[in-house]
Amino acid sequence: MLELVGLGRHFGGLNVIKGLDLTVAEGEILGIIGPNGAGKSTLFNLIGGNLAPNSGRIVYAGRDITRMTSWHRCRVGIGRTFQIPRPFHQMTVYENVLVAAVHGSGNTVARAKGRAQAVLEQTGLWHRQDMPAGRLSLLDLKRLELAKALALTPKLLLLDELAGGLTDAECNGLLDIVRKVHSGGTTVVWIEHVIRALRRIAGRFVVLYGGNIFASGTPDEVLADARVKEVYLGAEGNAGDSGQ
Amino acid sequence: MTGVRNVTFQFDKRLLVLIGRGVLVLLAAMLVAAPWIFDLADLQVITELLCLLVLAVMWNLLAGYADIVTIGQHGFVGIGCYAFYAFAVFTDVGPYAAILLAGLTTLVFALPAMIVVFRLRAAYLAVGTWVLAEVMMLGAGKIDAFGAGLGISLPVSVVREFGGNIAERFTTIYWMALILAVTAMAATYFLMRSATGIGLTAMRDNEEAAGAVGVNLFRARVICFLWAAPFLGLAGALITLQKLRIAPAASFSIIDWTVYIIFIVVIGGVGSFEGPVIGTFVFFLIREYLQSWGVWHFIVLGGVSIAMVLIEPRGIWGLLRRVVPGDLIPVSHRPPRGS
Repeated sequence: MLELVGLGRHFGGLNVIKGLDLTVAEGEILGIIGPNGAGKSTLFNLIGGNLAPNSGRIVYAGRDITRMTSWHRCRVGIGRTFQIPRPFHQMTVYENVLVAAVHGSGNTVARAKGRAQAVLEQTGLWHRQDMPAGRLSLLDLKRLELAKALALTPKLLLLDELAGGLTDAECNGLLDIVRKVHSGGTTVVWIEHVIRALRRIAGRFVVLYGGNIFASGTPDEVLADARVKEVYLGAEGNAGDSGQ
Repeated sequence: MTGVRNVTFQFDKRLLVLIGRGVLVLLAAMLVAAPWIFDLADLQVITELLCLLVLAVMWNLLAGYADIVTIGQHGFVGIGCYAFYAFAVFTDVGPYAAILLAGLTTLVFALPAMIVVFRLRAAYLAVGTWVLAEVMMLGAGKIDAFGAGLGISLPVSVVREFGGNIAERFTTIYWMALILAVTAMAATYFLMRSATGIGLTAMRDNEEAAGAVGVNLFRARVICFLWAAPFLGLAGALITLQKLRIAPAASFSIIDWTVYIIFIVVIGGVGSFEGPVIGTFVFFLIREYLQSWGVWHFIVLGGVSIAMVLIEPRGIWGLLRRVVPGDLIPVSHRPPRGS
């Protein structure tokens, strides 16, 4: 489904992603974990087309999309959420989702309305439809991020710390939505700090560390790995260092 | 008890939208009746107001939605002025066709201008558009057929085509300005209601997020740029008809066609449909009532706009919108009913 080949990105002298190779199989839920500064969000920005890589290739559904703009990537079926929600704050919740339903498919406004409504119902935001998105609570903002991505009818869904800052109960609600989307045939790649949540849904874990893949396997395998524990705890213990 | 109070409260707020729309309808009615209720001097002022309104609507579309913060808008207005003169004087297409061709010419000039404009972003874009407009002005001042640096008056024969006497002529120009303003507003309204428009509104709020839900940022910008150009040219043609002459400094005036316009949109409310309308009225009120103050009226204009940006970056309409629950000119989309 998605293949990253020798992907690299640096900011000035800082190498954030270093020749990373990763294959995402169709229909899987892949969880990406890693300490702060490991390059998780940069990786998503590269896949989503918000950043251009300095080296390497991105192949999606057999097609090289390395140079494709973010909006074309939506059209071929890649939907993403942002770690810090980015609502269209002056527009209503309904309009936020409608933008995605219209532009993700190239539909007219009239034909996208049904899709927008369905996604709002699916994500539990229908009762908030008339509210300006700037006034939503954190949970609803997270739901809206998810709703905007789902309105694109993605084949590949990229979730960036969707569970961060939420209670367990709130998180479970989102997990249920993602599970349903997944069972509809969508491949999911989910970056998350809240490992507890991710463990319940991901079929495979990849640990990102120092801009490359450090470990990969089933969640249980990866979390039992002594090296992973060391990297995770060690790096988290020196969070100040990893940010430099 | 609280329920009842709530309902009345809601009702009161919605009433504000109705009142606002009522005011707009009243103003529109006044504009239609203007030739019969205003004297010639007032009619000229309103004609000028309508032309500036068109410029403000277009600047707002570019700067408020498409993130093309241009300070070179006067370049296209000047092109419209000169193109109108050229078609009206050097060809025999007729004066009315010359106005339309002025709009078309501006569109043609906008195409190569995009090469510069779309390579630049943010502050560089602002400076780039400004330089481009100044180059256009200097170029216009080099052409002897247009009176070079001094400019040239419209021949009486052309002027007469719009009316035998002053009253008749200014009424004709007024109607054309009204038609242009209505067309610009209506067309832009439909643009904003379209798929492109909802994408533009999203871009206004968060550009990167708009790109991430499939809004083609490049295409949206190109559409806005090419959308604005002919309207600026048409406004330039009507402005020339009022002034009866073209000249590099006046036709390509950065103060008149860009700086005032930025003031109008900023004070009225950037990134809203109502903003340019409100801003234009406020601008004319300040100008008409404070003109006798001389230089001081510029200082007041500047002071008001700075204060506005500090108090509410979304302008007067942004302030009003804190109380008014809906848009007066609704470009927003409502969900399908019955669910």
